Amino acid sequence: MRPHVQEGGKFHAFHSLYDGLETFAFVPNTTGRKGGVNIHDAIDSKRIMSFVVLALLPALFFGMYNVGYQNALAAGGDMTDHVGMFLFGLAAVLPKIVVSYIVGLGIEFVVAQWKKEEIQEGFLVSGIIIPMIVPVNTPLWILALAVAFSVIFAKEIFGGTGMNIFNPALITRAFLFFSYPSAMTGDDSVWVAQNTIFGLGYNVPDTFSAATPLGEATVGNAIPCETICNAITGLIPGSIGETSVIAIGLGALLLLFTGIASWKTMLSVFVGGGLMGWLLEGVGGNQLEWWHHFVLGGFAFGAVFMATDPVTSARTECGKYIYGFLIGVVAVMVRVLNPGYPEGMMLAILLMNLFAPLIDYVFVQKNISKRAKRAIKK
Amino acid sequence: MSKLFSEENRAAFSKPLNLDNPVVIQVLGICSALAVTSQLAPAIVMGLSVTVITAFANVIISLIRKTIPNRIRIIVQLVVVAALVTIVSELLKAYVYDVSVQLSVYVGLIITNCILMGRLEAFAMQNAPWPSFLDGIGNGLGYAWVLVVLGFVRELFGFGTLLGFQIIPQSWYVENGGWYMNNGMMVMPAMSLIIVGCIIWAHRSLNKEEK
Repeated sequence: MRPHVQEGGKFHAFHSLYDGLETFAFVPNTTGRKGGVNIHDAIDSKRIMSFVVLALLPALFFGMYNVGYQNALAAGGDMTDHVGMFLFGLAAVLPKIVVSYIVGLGIEFVVAQWKKEEIQEGFLVSGIIIPMIVPVNTPLWILALAVAFSVIFAKEIFGGTGMNIFNPALITRAFLFFSYPSAMTGDDSVWVAQNTIFGLGYNVPDTFSAATPLGEATVGNAIPCETICNAITGLIPGSIGETSVIAIGLGALLLLFTGIASWKTMLSVFVGGGLMGWLLEGVGGNQLEWWHHFVLGGFAFGAVFMATDPVTSARTECGKYIYGFLIGVVAVMVRVLNPGYPEGMMLAILLMNLFAPLIDYVFVQKNISKRAKRAIKK
Repeated sequence: MSKLFSEENRAAFSKPLNLDNPVVIQVLGICSALAVTSQLAPAIVMGLSVTVITAFANVIISLIRKTIPNRIRIIVQLVVVAALVTIVSELLKAYVYDVSVQLSVYVGLIITNCILMGRLEAFAMQNAPWPSFLDGIGNGLGYAWVLVVLGFVRELFGFGTLLGFQIIPQSWYVENGGWYMNNGMMVMPAMSLIIVGCIIWAHRSLNKEEK
């Protein structure tokens, strides 16, 4: 197989595809370039990506179950048929994952071949995050368009994996959010799957609509206590993977245990959000208690999987605190103070992605001047 | 006759259309290009207005270029441009009122369009009226075609129409049982900046060897 794809072989046009698949399946013998000095970790970035995907799986599987659960709940169906609910969710979510991977990886493969580079693995994670942060009723063609947009404009034109300023998964969501608002938040009918798929699930009456608890809070309705409990387990309407705090927590434990995500960023997001929520609760005019922000909407998902993205977050150790803290603050601020946007996590993370290089710059400069002063004193 | 269309004069007209385009190469006049192009009709009208104003401002400045004291030349240029803009604005109000309402302040803001001041300073102050006229027309049209492309893309995908006529069939829309939805982001200025970026990208990769 390998000789055919090497220079001069008959399938040379596919060599980047072959390389990509081979290094994905097997740890390559060499992870650095030949010659010179290389500094790198024992695990290469494909292995890191695999861990992140693994960490996302609990939330994804729970999301599938929840899709079926919400559908059955809305249609008044059999609430004890757990397997059926999961299968329905699987049938509803799987096409989105497939579309996201085919479009995203397709573009990456073409670009890699074109620029004669190795296929980069960054989309492995984005490709699974994207279906998890959209409502279940997002049409597939819109999803494909958004994925294409974000891979080209948020990633490839900046130079591919590792070079992007913004998180590509969030750009996908932002594109959907601003381009097709009715399909993203619109009339509250987007959060619950409404039609049967392959005979699974139930048809929901046309007039049915379900607001997310955050949407309810924005229009000033009080959130009942059971909703908060459900939000912790995840049985509320919402984007596919973001609802369950427990499932996300499992993923967070794996990420922290393996040291892939930074605990500093993650913790400071919660501190920032909690502080801001507490302040705004004190001012009044807000139906949510400060810790409700953690369990509702995409706060936990964003804090665990998006804010800690090693490419787009701040890299200096002190910078991580500032970066995470401001994400939390801005997210809660948008949620509470802007009646137009019930959810602020996406905008908060994108905004801070923009400022991450600046934060890093400040801390690097501070360090440099500190050392310079030390040198002068002697 | 041959002198009127000499090599140099033809270059004054054709270069700004492509290789020395004010928007794509010099990146001037971006703000109005983003602001008025959410639909095709205002984009066309804006493009033509700028073409006319640039051409005549170039001619007038070129005619009086030797009498303008150097110290106050910017003010003199502004007065000429402002007079022309006022005339064009009144004409638009008289004949295409709807479009002029859509363009709102942006017709008046042609005065501050960087392309105009740039051409007056860089070309009309040094050249005879006829080449200046050609240069003004060329730059105006170079600006106009970018606006038309922007307006075309944004109106087609943002509203599903072109010049107000429905292009994308009504039956495709979700409201009518189809699958299609208009792209709301196309209507926002942010997207038109991205489209300008794409035009520049395409233009530069087409003209790679000319650099």
